[in-house]
Amino acid sequence: MHSKETEAATQKAKDLIRMSVARACCLEPLQEFSLPVDKNALVVGGGVAGMTAALSLANQRHDVYLVEKEKQLGGMARRIHSTLEGMDVQAYLNDLMHKVYQHPLVHVYTEAAIVDAEGYVGNFTTKVRSKRGLTEIKHGAAIIAIGAEEHRPTEYLYGEDERVMTQLELEERIAADDTAITDAQSLVMIQCVGCRNEDRNYCSRICCSHAVKNALTLKEQNPSMDIYVLFRDMRTYRFAEDYYRKASENNVKFIRYEPEDAPVVEAADGEDRPVLRVTATDYILGRKIELDADLLVLSAATVPASTSDEVSRQFKVTLGPDGFFTEAHVKLRPVDFAAEGIFLCGTAHYPKHIGETISQAYGAAGRAAGLLSQDSLIASGSVCQVEESMCVSCGACISACSYGAIDFHENAQGYRAARVNPVLCKGDGLCNAKCPTGAIQLKHFTDKEIVRQLDAEIPDPKILATA
Amino acid sequence: MEGEGAFKPRVVGFLCNWCCYGGADLCGVSRFQYPPYIRVIRVMCSGRVDPAFVLKAFANGVDGVFIGGCHINDCHYNTEGNYDAYGMASIVKKLLEQIGLDQNRLRLEWVSAGEGIRFAEVMNDFSAKLKKMGPIGKSEGVPDDVLKRRLEAAMQMVPYIKLVERERLHSNLRTEEAYEKFYASEECDRLFKELITDKLEISQMIALLREKPRTPVSLPSCWGCRVGYCQACQHFGAAGVVPVR
Ligand SMILES: Cc1cc2nc3c(=O)[nH]c(=O)nc-3n(C[C@H](O)[C@H](O)[C@H](O)COP(=O)(O)OP(=O)(O)OC[C@H]3O[C@@H](n4cnc5c(N)ncnc54)[C@H](O)[C@@H]3O)c2cc1C
Ligand code: FES
Repeated sequence: MHSKETEAATQKAKDLIRMSVARACCLEPLQEFSLPVDKNALVVGGGVAGMTAALSLANQRHDVYLVEKEKQLGGMARRIHSTLEGMDVQAYLNDLMHKVYQHPLVHVYTEAAIVDAEGYVGNFTTKVRSKRGLTEIKHGAAIIAIGAEEHRPTEYLYGEDERVMTQLELEERIAADDTAITDAQSLVMIQCVGCRNEDRNYCSRICCSHAVKNALTLKEQNPSMDIYVLFRDMRTYRFAEDYYRKASENNVKFIRYEPEDAPVVEAADGEDRPVLRVTATDYILGRKIELDADLLVLSAATVPASTSDEVSRQFKVTLGPDGFFTEAHVKLRPVDFAAEGIFLCGTAHYPKHIGETISQAYGAAGRAAGLLSQDSLIASGSVCQVEESMCVSCGACISACSYGAIDFHENAQGYRAARVNPVLCKGDGLCNAKCPTGAIQLKHFTDKEIVRQLDAEIPDPKILATA
Repeated sequence: MEGEGAFKPRVVGFLCNWCCYGGADLCGVSRFQYPPYIRVIRVMCSGRVDPAFVLKAFANGVDGVFIGGCHINDCHYNTEGNYDAYGMASIVKKLLEQIGLDQNRLRLEWVSAGEGIRFAEVMNDFSAKLKKMGPIGKSEGVPDDVLKRRLEAAMQMVPYIKLVERERLHSNLRTEEAYEKFYASEECDRLFKELITDKLEISQMIALLREKPRTPVSLPSCWGCRVGYCQACQHFGAAGVVPVR
């Protein structure tokens, strides 16, 4: 990062090393200690991801508390009827729900909301409000699987004209054998609605396959229907490319558009019937075309769950710039959060297909089981410690510590002093910065150690000699 | 490239382990360029940064101090130490003004572990601002010995400042807006003046008197004219000492 200033960069490196050595000179050995691990798990979100993870953990003999905010389990998959590969989603879902409800170790809370979550790896306490009242759940690990939602478009007459719908709505109407859909002569789909723009600068990943899936189903039911897909980039990733080709072979027309020259939709009178007139530029023909459609289907963006901000705050786990949860490391820790003991799976992470959701749910359950199978964990010894003779029992440290790790006690000399419970101490050292007398010190980052490091910023050989 | 003699600020940075330190690391891995002035000290949370560290750094002669934490409400810890860092930095900034230093020599920023590019941007900006400010003390017209004395006096007051912060000088509401509003408010300035300014002057007088016996008349000159003779007498009066001319 300082490639143009090699000499100054070397000096910086030397300074940093000198500073670290100065600190290292006064480091003291830390006493690690072991923490018990609660064997239960909490799963937030009862969609495919949450249920799969919960079952997997329950099958490994852990009690699992599955918290779902809606009345019913199932999440987004309730609205999906088949996958591109032909899986019967509803049958799969019913089977999964059945297993979840039947399993003696899965405790389901529906219409439930998380009120408060606290604790740390191996020992969390979460309060859940549901019809059963307020329940306090103790658990060693948590899996966040709160899913994602479909964006409600504001463009292309959505909400104004009932012939305009989203892909999910189309799928539900196909499944309900709605003849208004299957009898249509002409249908236009528009991709990337509400994403890959300034507000939502990401690709929703699943909509291309979703559109191809719905187009193929419609073609099967009504081969004479004209179907046009207006797209920016078709990304039917993995083996789904085959279905994209199949759709083309079945005469589904794919027409590319540019975001600056997006299609325009208006209600109009067609030759023999009222239509939705879609005007777009065909880049291959090099000119404007008009499509008269009976139905317009929008591939709306997948957006983060509305509760994600709240959950992120409650569990102290991070959201990325797009509002989806972010893993600790894309390659090395793909289902872990940076916060220990909390894992993620499903579309809460980013939009993905059901198959991917299930694989990831097993991944998260595996990581959680790895933790829960241990009887104890080794905790870092970098915790706070009180030098009682310096403590004036002002309580500054106690009010700073929201972990409740510090309390007063009467010591052997008969006066009141602060005392740290190392098991509860998380080692942030806020109390250290608040203590007026320096009685409480965060081990490994004591005042003395940091000031030494600071003083060594000046190249003075005396500092190292006296350290 | 800059000339040989150009002023290169000395900067010490306290970065929290979970966010800003990660951001700085990512910045390095991504090879974003920024000037090589900062010397980083890792702390677990920005709330760990003691006001004494900041004052000590300036007393050591650094031109700027940087504190980097997680974004507000994203602190890794339940304690949300970054709010405390905000409060501490706001008070120390007022203290710096009192001492006669540009308060912008202390900079607090929120940088997440994913914001490598932002770390570079902040460093570029802070370095440029410090270059414009020039060397500590000299640019503000405070001689070295006076500055050192004032900073030492301020350091003596750290325990007291911590108490005042805890009891009076903080916002009860933990939101960024509430903090911003409180520390910019007249109420805060009034409390600061009432509770800290006078004490700081007394602390400076004591520091001078510790050095060697001085008369009240001679005090202001050693001071660098922050306190007049009358004020000095007042302070002595408050301390129950009747000065002789
Ligand atoms: C528009 C759209 C089309 C799709 N089309 C297809 C497709 O054609 N083929 C395919 O394979 N996949 C498709 N998918 C993807 C598929 O829906 C997902 O992979 C899968 O359903 C995700 O499951 P999940 O459990 O992660 O999330 P969800 O199914 O969203 O479940 C999350 C659950 O968490 C609950 N919840 C949310 N917040 C809280 C909270 N704070 N506390 C408690 N509970 C909470 C929700 O109520 C919900 O029940 C589509 C997705 C979308 C959005
Ligand atoms: S851990 Fe980064 S500010 Fe607290």
